Amino acid sequence: MSFLSRMPGPPADLVVAGAHVLDPRTGVDGPADVLVRDGVIAEIGAPGATAAPEGVETVDGAGAHLFPAFVDPHVHLRVPGEEHKEDLETGTRAAAAGGFCAVVGMPNTAPPIDGASVLRSVHDLAVTHARVPVGFLAAATVGQRGETLTEMAELRDAGALGFTDDGLPIASANVLRRALQYQKLCGGVIALHEEDPTLSGDGVMHEGSVSALLGLAGIPSISESTMIARDAAIAAYEEGRIHVQHISAVESVQAVAGAKAAGVRMTGEVTPHHLILTDEDVRSLDTALKFNPPARAERDRAALLDALRDGTIDCIATDHAPHAPHEKEVPFEEAPMGTTGLETAFAALNTFLVEPGVLPLELVVERMTGGGALFGLPAPRIAVGETANLALVGLDRAWQPVEAGYESRSQNCCFGDRELRGRVLVTVAAGTIAYRERTFALSAA
Amino acid sequence: MRHLLSIEPLSRDEIERIMDRADSFAEVSGREIKKVPALRGRTVVNLFYEASTRTSSSFDLAAKRLSADVVSVRSAGSSVDKGESLKDTIQTLSAYDPAAIVIRSPHVGAAELVTRWTPAAVVNAGDGKHEHPTQALLDVYTLRHKLGSLEGRSIWIVGDLAHSRVARSNVLAFTKLGADVTVCGPPTLLPRGIEALGCRVAYDLDDGLADADVVYALRMQRERMTEAFVPSLREYTARYQIDGRRLRPRQLLMHPGPVNRGVELAAEVIDSPQAAIVAQVQAGVVVRMAVLYELLAQAPEPDGGRADHPEHLAPQPA
Repeated sequence: MSFLSRMPGPPADLVVAGAHVLDPRTGVDGPADVLVRDGVIAEIGAPGATAAPEGVETVDGAGAHLFPAFVDPHVHLRVPGEEHKEDLETGTRAAAAGGFCAVVGMPNTAPPIDGASVLRSVHDLAVTHARVPVGFLAAATVGQRGETLTEMAELRDAGALGFTDDGLPIASANVLRRALQYQKLCGGVIALHEEDPTLSGDGVMHEGSVSALLGLAGIPSISESTMIARDAAIAAYEEGRIHVQHISAVESVQAVAGAKAAGVRMTGEVTPHHLILTDEDVRSLDTALKFNPPARAERDRAALLDALRDGTIDCIATDHAPHAPHEKEVPFEEAPMGTTGLETAFAALNTFLVEPGVLPLELVVERMTGGGALFGLPAPRIAVGETANLALVGLDRAWQPVEAGYESRSQNCCFGDRELRGRVLVTVAAGTIAYRERTFALSAA
Repeated sequence: MRHLLSIEPLSRDEIERIMDRADSFAEVSGREIKKVPALRGRTVVNLFYEASTRTSSSFDLAAKRLSADVVSVRSAGSSVDKGESLKDTIQTLSAYDPAAIVIRSPHVGAAELVTRWTPAAVVNAGDGKHEHPTQALLDVYTLRHKLGSLEGRSIWIVGDLAHSRVARSNVLAFTKLGADVTVCGPPTLLPRGIEALGCRVAYDLDDGLADADVVYALRMQRERMTEAFVPSLREYTARYQIDGRRLRPRQLLMHPGPVNRGVELAAEVIDSPQAAIVAQVQAGVVVRMAVLYELLAQAPEPDGGRADHPEHLAPQPA
C-alpha cells in the first residue's frame, strides 16, 4: 500500500527556460534551464544552453523563480461527508494552484477516517480525482472521541501516514500515552492539536485586550502551551514521536524549544496566517479570520517568526480549512473555525514577510517544502534524476484572491481581500503538469 | 451618522448632539399628546433575539412617539425559531422597506453584520457581550441631568464586567465625556485586558469606592455561580453588594435593570433618593427618540422631501 494517491496523468516533457532556480536543499540558486523528460528532471544547464528536444514544450521562465514544489502536511479536504465545502478534486486543484505537489489530508471528516475501509475509500477517490498526490493521517481514536485507539496497525498497512484527532485535542493524557506505546508496534507520527478544552472553553478568539473590547470569550495562550508541555513529557517518557500542529503562542514556542533541547522527538508546524495576522486584525469581526488556534498578539507572532528562523518550528502548513459561504455568513461567534490557505500561502508569505525583509526567500521555500518529510515523505528536490516536482512562480506578479477567484470550492480565505504579490504560473507534481495559470502564455517548441 | 452600532467610534460632539436632541424630546414627553410627526409614514422594525423589557418597550414607544409604523419581531414564535438564518430574516424584513432596523442579538457584531444585508439604518440594541450603545447614551443623559457634566467625575462600575455589554459601552461613553472610570469586581469576572477600554481596575470596593461620585452596579446573573466564576452568592454579596453602609449620601446610584434585589443591590439603596434607576428608564425613551431622529430624520423621506424641519417637532394635531 502506498502512502500517496493521485489521478494518473501524462508524464511531463518540458524545458523551463531562464527561470531563477532556487532549491535550498541542493544549493542551486541562480538562472538555469531545467529539462524534464518523461516526468523526471533530465538536465539542469546554463540559461540558453539547453535546446528543447523535438516535441518538448518550452516554458519561458524569464523573470520568474523555479522552486521545488511545496508540500503541505496539514489540509482539510472534507471527504467523506462535507463535499459542499471541498472535495478531492477542488482541494487538490487549489493545492496545485498554490504550487503544492503533495498534501496531507486530516481525518476529521464525517464519518472520520478512523478505520481502514474509510481510508481505502478516500485513497480510491484520490486515484480518480486528485490533481496532486494526497496522503492522509488517520484518526488516533475511534470517532475522534478521545477514548479508544483506532486500529492503528491496520490503518498503517492501509496507508495512513500517521495519526491525529486534529480539530480536537486528545484530552486524556492516558489515551495519548497508549497511542504512543502502540506507535512502537506500527509507527506513524502522532500529530497533535494542542488545546486544553477546560481552558479554551467557549472562546472564539485570542484572549487579550481585543477580546476584552469586543466582549468575545477568549482562548488563552496557555490552553495550547500547557498541553504541549504535558504531551512533551508523555512523549519523552514513552520515547514516542509527536508533531505539534499549528503552533500559535509564545509560551508554546518556549515549550517546544525546551522539549527539543531535552531530546524529545518532536516537530512543529506554523501556518501563514499565524505568521502574518494578529488579534488586532480580528477587530473587523470578519469570519474568514476566525480560526483555531486564533490569531494571537504581536509578541506571539514575533516568537513564531523567530522559531521558524531558528528551526524550533520545522515547517509551514496551511491548515487549509474550507467552509461554505452560508456557514461563514453568520455572526462571528456562530461561524465555524477555519480559513482556506492553499492558494494564497506562498503569495501571502512573500508579500508580507519576504518582501519587507522579515524572512529570507530560501527559508520560506525550505519550510514550505519540508512538511512531508516529517511524515516520512521525501522532500522534493531540483536535481538530475529526481521526479519533477516544480513550482514556477512570478514573484512580482500582483493579484487579489477575491478578484482572481478560487480553485477551492470555498472562499473563506483570510487573505481574500488583500493585494498579494507572487503568482504560481506552473506546478509540476510527481512528474505531471498539475496546474498552469489560466492566462499564462506558453510557447510551443 | 448612518447607523448606531457602538459607542467606540462616536466623538464627544456626536454624543452631545444626541443629548441635546433628547432634551428637545423631553419637552414633548411632558405634553399631554406625546407625539410628533417626524417619522410619519416610515417603518421601524424591532428585531429582538433575546428577552428584553426595558429596551424593547422603550424603542417601541420612541418610534411611536415619532409617528413611525412599528413592527416588532421576537425570536419566540417567529421563523427565527424554525432555523432561518439572520441573513434571510433581515432580507425578508427589508422587503417591507423599513427606515430602521433595531436589533438585539446574543451575538457580538450582529448589528454590524446586518448593515451588509439591508439598506435600512441599523441600531444596535445589544450585541452579545459587546456593546449596548443606547443604554450608555441614556446613562450619559441621566448623569448630565443629575450632575450637570461628567467632566472629572469619578464613576465606579461594579460587578460582572466580563459578561456585560452595558459596562463596555458605558466605560467608553463616560471616558469620552471626561469622566474617570474604575471597574471593580471579582478578578474572575474582569476580563484580561479590560484596562484597554481606558478604565482603572480594582478588585476591592474598599480601594476607593467611598470617593466616587457615581456608583454604577451591574446585574449579577445567577448562572455565574454555577459556572464557578464566584464561590457563592453569599461571598459575592458580602464583597460586592452596594448597600446602605457602602453607598455614601452624596453618591448617585445607577443600575441598568433588571435588579436582583438583595444580590448586587440591597433593598435600602434601591428605594433611596440617591437611586437614579427610574430616571434611567425615563431617559431611555427620549434618548432612543433622539437616536432614531438622528439616523432617520436627516435622510430623505419616502416622498423625496427632507424631514429635518422644525415643523416636525410641532405637536401632532389632536
